[in-house]
Amino acid sequence: MLALVDTVLQGVLLGGLYALYAAGLSINFGIMRLVNLAHGDLIVLGAFLILALSTTAGLNPLLALAITLPIMFTVGYGVQSLLLNRALGSDVLPPLLITFGLSIIVQNSLLEGFSADTRRLPVGALDAASFSLGGGIAVGVMPLLCFLAALGVIVALNHLFYRTALGRAFRATSDDPSTAQLMGVDHRRVYAIALGVALVVCAIAAFFLGSRANFDPTIGPARLIYAFEAVIIGGLGSLWGTLAGGIVVGVAQTIGARINPEWQILAGHVAFLIVLVVRPRGLFPRATD
Amino acid sequence: MALLETDGLVAFYGDFQALYGITFALDEGETVAIIGANGAGKSTFLAAVAGLLESRASAIRLDGREIGAMRACDVARLGIALVPEGRRLFASLSVEENLLIGADRQRRTGHWTLQTVYRLFPALEERRAAPATALSGGQQQMVAIGRGLMSNPRILLCDEISLGLAPIVIRDIYGSLAAIKARGTSLVIVEQDIMQATAAADRVYCFQEGRVTLSGRPAELTRDAIHAAYFGL
Repeated sequence: MLALVDTVLQGVLLGGLYALYAAGLSINFGIMRLVNLAHGDLIVLGAFLILALSTTAGLNPLLALAITLPIMFTVGYGVQSLLLNRALGSDVLPPLLITFGLSIIVQNSLLEGFSADTRRLPVGALDAASFSLGGGIAVGVMPLLCFLAALGVIVALNHLFYRTALGRAFRATSDDPSTAQLMGVDHRRVYAIALGVALVVCAIAAFFLGSRANFDPTIGPARLIYAFEAVIIGGLGSLWGTLAGGIVVGVAQTIGARINPEWQILAGHVAFLIVLVVRPRGLFPRATD
Repeated sequence: MALLETDGLVAFYGDFQALYGITFALDEGETVAIIGANGAGKSTFLAAVAGLLESRASAIRLDGREIGAMRACDVARLGIALVPEGRRLFASLSVEENLLIGADRQRRTGHWTLQTVYRLFPALEERRAAPATALSGGQQQMVAIGRGLMSNPRILLCDEISLGLAPIVIRDIYGSLAAIKARGTSLVIVEQDIMQATAAADRVYCFQEGRVTLSGRPAELTRDAIHAAYFGL
């Protein structure tokens, strides 16, 4: 029984990481109606940026993260305004193909620049720190921080979306870009800011990815799949649903791994397929279309 | 010089030409109605003025400034607000958010604020937190007009604002237009109901198949002349 509690608890905390992967994707999909196939690779790019800043410049990884946040915002703003906005139109295929190409470019540039070695962010003593909850259950400090960061990101994004003028512009543009223009809203700029915000969340996800597990330039696409599964399980357009989706994938993976370590990844995908069969619109659908 | 002028304005949807050289003028404080049958190009004309369709820069002038080549978001910031046909409210936004977004990206200030819009349409204040699309048709139309007013526009373009509404609601909506006009806003009203349009307007343009077939003051236009211009008989 205690073992099950422990497994579920670790799964929930792992779900926080997947929710961080997914929140950025959720923004892309919610506002631009576009699946960013480079999403996972951009998370890995963020991890290498933090790594480069903390190893070559000798910065504290948290400080390196703080510097990476505005860099990633700029990357997102630039990619949207210089690349993706040129392919806007009624056809969704051209921007989708651009993100596919971007994925390949980012992955191979990282291989070229950092080699295929696996890396890890040096977070010092925090890395292995944990505290006991009694009964033999221990919680790692980094996984807990990661979960709290996911909560914080989702609260902040909800505030941005539902309590600010920028959030109104996001939602209005998602509803109807041409009518939003009649309100003086420049939809291209809104998309650029949205991708910038998405990549800021990617940088936060990257920090926790790199500090709790090894990473190398090729692991991006798998992160994209976890993120995508979390978004779909949670239901399109709901950020709290995205957190729930991340937790479902995380718990399924830890339970699968408890039964047989080979089943960890498979169990997450099976949970996703079960949700698709039972609730095709996800657990907390918000979008009406 | 007129506040808004178009000079030989043409518009296309792909290969289909919808407007064949519209020459039009609107003076400061004036209300102009555009009448015409379905497909006459009335809504296309408003969409082109609002910047939703591409035009030659000199084809549309605001205060003498060429605005034809501007994008819709920039035209909106110059003080031209379009109340689109079918209302086009933002479904994910509440009534109040739909009103607020009308002012978010605008710098002009003036009479119209959340308070004065609610005073003009008291029914909206009670439903301010409701999703905009949960309202009745008439109330949705009030939101669409209020959203346009929130930018304190110099020109309010109203596209078929009586479409699908009950006669008593139409009377209220047109009553509010008089209050809007009294605050100095110039109005362009696209309307299929000739009686409604001629009663509200200082001048009338009649469109047919993308061309102006008649224009003048309502009192100067005979029923037969309007009939001929409307149907092309």
